[in-house]
Amino acid sequence: MNQRRNIYAILGSLLLILATFVFIFPVLWIVLSSFKPGNELFSYPITLFPKNATVENYINTFNQYDFLLYFKNTFIVTVTSTIITLAINTMAGFAFAKYRFRGRDLLFVAFLSTTMLPTEVIMSPTFTVVSKLGLYNSLWGIIIPPIATPTGIFLMRQYFLSVPDSILESARIDGAKERTIFWRLMVPIAKPVISTLTIFSFMWRWNDFIWPLLVISEPKKYTLQLAISNLSGQFSIDWNTLLSASVISMIPVLIVFLIFQKNIIDSMMSSGLKEG
Amino acid sequence: MARGKASIKSYENQQKRAAYAFILPNFIIFTTFFLIPAVYGVIYSFYKHDGWSKPKFIGWNNYKAILADPVFWKVLQQTFVYAIVSVPLVFAVSLLLAMLLTQDGIKGRGLMRASIYWPTMISTVIVGLMWRWIFGENFGIINYLIQLFGGTSVPWLTSDFFAKATVIVATVWSKAGFFMIIFIGGLESIPTSYYEAATIDGASKLRQFWNITLPLLKPTSFLVFVLSIINAFKEYPLVLTLTGGGPGDSTTYIVQYIYETGFIRFKMGFASAASMIMFVILAILTLVQFKIGRGGEV
Repeated sequence: MNQRRNIYAILGSLLLILATFVFIFPVLWIVLSSFKPGNELFSYPITLFPKNATVENYINTFNQYDFLLYFKNTFIVTVTSTIITLAINTMAGFAFAKYRFRGRDLLFVAFLSTTMLPTEVIMSPTFTVVSKLGLYNSLWGIIIPPIATPTGIFLMRQYFLSVPDSILESARIDGAKERTIFWRLMVPIAKPVISTLTIFSFMWRWNDFIWPLLVISEPKKYTLQLAISNLSGQFSIDWNTLLSASVISMIPVLIVFLIFQKNIIDSMMSSGLKEG
Repeated sequence: MARGKASIKSYENQQKRAAYAFILPNFIIFTTFFLIPAVYGVIYSFYKHDGWSKPKFIGWNNYKAILADPVFWKVLQQTFVYAIVSVPLVFAVSLLLAMLLTQDGIKGRGLMRASIYWPTMISTVIVGLMWRWIFGENFGIINYLIQLFGGTSVPWLTSDFFAKATVIVATVWSKAGFFMIIFIGGLESIPTSYYEAATIDGASKLRQFWNITLPLLKPTSFLVFVLSIINAFKEYPLVLTLTGGGPGDSTTYIVQYIYETGFIRFKMGFASAASMIMFVILAILTLVQFKIGRGGEV
């Protein structure tokens, strides 16, 4: 019996190690390839590690294309959007959890039901609204539409439901205004959930593709994902540039991931969040 | 007494006002960028509209044109096949990984969990590119390995069948980690005493899986199914960079169809009608899942 269990355990571990390797290999392969000089990229036999490692591809990427600009655009979009997302969703989630008012449940269901449907189904009318508001070809056009994410409201509401009402009551008795209660008392309490939403929002916006594709026409306003997909759209692909550009675009998300890895995974397990 | 009542009243009003103020910014954005477009979407679907000139009412003609378009049917069928193959695969792989990772005595659990989860953080544009490089016909590592072991290279991205398969492989790779984490959460919520009791009763591992794990995992499974089907139906950035929808249109799915009719061929009314059809399909699928899964309750 014990021996059989051991065999299971060993097989399980082997399978896991293999799976881990399969999942991490493509990323490693891209990173290693990006350091290979142009001729080595297409030389046979293929080697895993670059024989003459070089950062030449990275330098060329920045010299040939406006990657610094795309990086900056993406950064502006991601940071601005994340800050607003946090502010308005924390506020809304708090209101849904802690106040009673007419239309509350109906409104909450309306917000939540939008998570069931991909925004892609209303792509063309949303585009019309965006352009009528004069947001076409502007970074604001990418920033604003996705900030009222129902996932954010839901996450915040769940968290604030667990905060005891008595804390609010005693603050009120001390004469605190609702606004003060929110900013001074509730926001600090909600730190863990705010950091979770920060990570998600950062990741969503950094990786955004469909919205920027619709809204931006001028190359000067491209985000990284747009610029990269644009490079690959042509018939001959400049792999040297593409591989290093891809690696560059992964770095900020990797940093966020490494810092918050445990938070991300824990909050995912407890809430089962959807993407987007 | 009367004064007390009045001040309670004003106190309540003050709170109500605060609540509305807190929700207002969100509500404005939601109305502007979701509610209004949703209404517009329905209206547009009955108009001929190119995005600039004055829309012209044409009744059901957009819908008729779509239903008469062989490309639409092909794309729709391909989307279904993609969903039918990829959703169970993602489900099985993520559940298997979750079960392996929740076994006792696994060393380096955190690192493995993180390595498998990491691909889900990468943008689908990059995922598409990565797999295009790996599955490249002449210089891709997969074909190189196949040749190394004496096989002939496979036209991964230029043959109908293999292009479809490659998209599915990339999908499983980029989604399994996400659902794995959700499954781990579900698995960890099952009390270990259930398994202990079953082991004492002499129930095999397989039996325990069918009789304990699967039933108790129902809410989690439901969530995974609903989310992964929606994901499958909105796939676009991945195929755009991996296969570009080709060869021919063999990996073109419904969102790409909507995107191209609306934003490349400027048939906004037509695209809106296609969106409405996609909406109805997704709504039916979600409802069916709710009925079958009873909302995922045990």
